[in-house]
Amino acid sequence: MIVLDHLSKSFGPKQVLRDLWLEVPDGRNTVVIGYSGTGKSVMLKLIVGLLEPDSGRVLVDDEVVHEMTRDQLAALRGHIGYVFQFAALFDSMTVAENIHLGLARRGYGKSAIRERISESLAVVELSGTEDKYPAELSGGMRKRVGIARAIALRPRYILYDEPTTGLDPVTSATMDQLMIRTRDLGVTGLVVTHDMRTAFTVGDRIAMLYEGRIRQVGSVEEIRATDDPVVRQFIEGRPDDPAAAGRTP
Amino acid sequence: MSPSVASRVAGRDGFVAHIGRRSIETARALADVRTWAPLLLVQMRRLGVDSVPIALFIAVFTGIVLSLLSSYIFTGTVPMYFVGALVGKTIMMELGPVLTGMALAGRVGASIAAELGTMKVTEQVDALETLAYDRYSYLVVPRVLAAALMFPVVTAFAVGVGVTSGWITAINLLDLSTPEFFKGLKLFYRFKDIWFGLVKSASFGAAVALMGCLRGLDARAGAAGVGLSTTRAVVLGCEAILVLDAFWALVLL
Repeated sequence: MIVLDHLSKSFGPKQVLRDLWLEVPDGRNTVVIGYSGTGKSVMLKLIVGLLEPDSGRVLVDDEVVHEMTRDQLAALRGHIGYVFQFAALFDSMTVAENIHLGLARRGYGKSAIRERISESLAVVELSGTEDKYPAELSGGMRKRVGIARAIALRPRYILYDEPTTGLDPVTSATMDQLMIRTRDLGVTGLVVTHDMRTAFTVGDRIAMLYEGRIRQVGSVEEIRATDDPVVRQFIEGRPDDPAAAGRTP
Repeated sequence: MSPSVASRVAGRDGFVAHIGRRSIETARALADVRTWAPLLLVQMRRLGVDSVPIALFIAVFTGIVLSLLSSYIFTGTVPMYFVGALVGKTIMMELGPVLTGMALAGRVGASIAAELGTMKVTEQVDALETLAYDRYSYLVVPRVLAAALMFPVVTAFAVGVGVTSGWITAINLLDLSTPEFFKGLKLFYRFKDIWFGLVKSASFGAAVALMGCLRGLDARAGAAGVGLSTTRAVVLGCEAILVLDAFWALVLL
C-alpha cells in the first residue's frame, strides 16, 4: 500500500501540496482528479522519490521513501512503473530499446528481455512496432509504449500521469481499457487525471485534490452523488459555480 | 559593498557550491561502472572522433599564421630557424590545447547541454530515474570520461597538423629550408612540451563535458530554457579552459 502522510511541498513562494493525506490500497485503481496545476504530478514524483517533501512522508509498503538509501530507492523503483504525461520515451532509441533499458537494469537475459518486450507490446496492441522510433508514432501510440515500458517490468504499482490527455475519444477509451486490464493483472494503479470519463471508467476509488489537499475521497458512486459544490462543479465541468470561484487557476 | 554587488557575489558563491555538489555526485557515480562502461565507447566516438575535422581545420590555419607571424617578428633580429622553435613550442604547449579546447567547448559542450536539456524538459531524465538508473552514472560520467580521454587525442592530431602546416608555410612562403625549420623545432624541444599540452587538454575535456552536462540537467522548461542552458554551457566551458590553462601554467611550469 502507498500512503501519502501529511505531505507538504512548495516551489519557491508557491505552496503546491498542504498537509495532503491519501491511502492507495493494493489491487485497485485509485484516481486523483483535480484542476490543472494543483500538484497532481508533483504528488506522483514524490512517491517515486524524484522530489522530496518539505514535510510529511510517503510510505510504500511501510517504508519511508525519502529516508531510503540510493540502492533502496533503486530497488523501490523496480516495483513502481511510471507512465509519464507525454510518455517521456527516449527519442534516440527504438520502441524495443526503450523497453529493453529497464529490463536490462534488472539483469534479465537476452531471450527473457525479447520475450518481455513482445509480451508487453502485445498487451498494448502495438506488436510489430519494435523497430520504430518515438517520432514515428502518434501521441496515443507513444503513451501505449509508455505503458508497455512500465508493465514489462511487472511492477506492483503503476502511476499514470494524465494518461488520456490530448488523445481522441477512441484512443482514450483504449487507454482506459489498458488501465483496467493492468489492474486485473493485480497491479495497483494510481491515476492522475482531469478527464472525468477516464476517472469514472478506470477508478475503483476517486479522490479530488483541491488547493493542495484531498477535498473528498470515495467510491465512484459516492463521488457521483457528492454534495460538495467544488467536487460537483469539477465532475460536471461547470464553469460558473460560485462556491468554487476562489480556486487557484 | 553595494547590495547589488553583494547579491552577485552571493549568487556566484551559490553557483560554485552547486557545481561543487554536482561534481561530487559525478565522482560518486564513477563507482557505478556497470552503468557507464557500456556507454563510454559511443561517447568517445561522438565527442572525440567526430570532433577531429573542426580541430584539424583550426590547426591548419593556426600553423600558417604562427609561421608567418614569427617570420615577421624575427626578420632582421633573430635567426630564421627560430620560426620552427616558436611554431612548435607554441602549438604544442598553448595554442594546440587551448584553441582545440575552445572549439570543442562550442561543439561538444553545446551538444551535450542541448541533448541533456531536451531530455530534462521532456521528462526523459525522470523516466531514466524511474527505471532505476542514476542520472550521473548514465548521462554524466560517460560523457565526462569520454571527453577527458578524447580531447588529448584530438589535440595530439591538431598539434601534428599545426606544426606540419607551419613547416609547409615556412618552406613555401618564407625564406626557410626544411633542415632549418627542424633545427629550430628541435632546439628547445623537451618531452614535457608534449605531455604538458596533453594533460591540459584532458582537464579541458573533463571541464567542458561537465559544464555541458550540469547546465543541461539544470535546463528549465521550454526551448528558451534549453537554449539558455546551451549558451551557458559554452561560456562556462570556455571560462573553465582559461582558468585551468592558468592553473596548469602555475603548477607545471
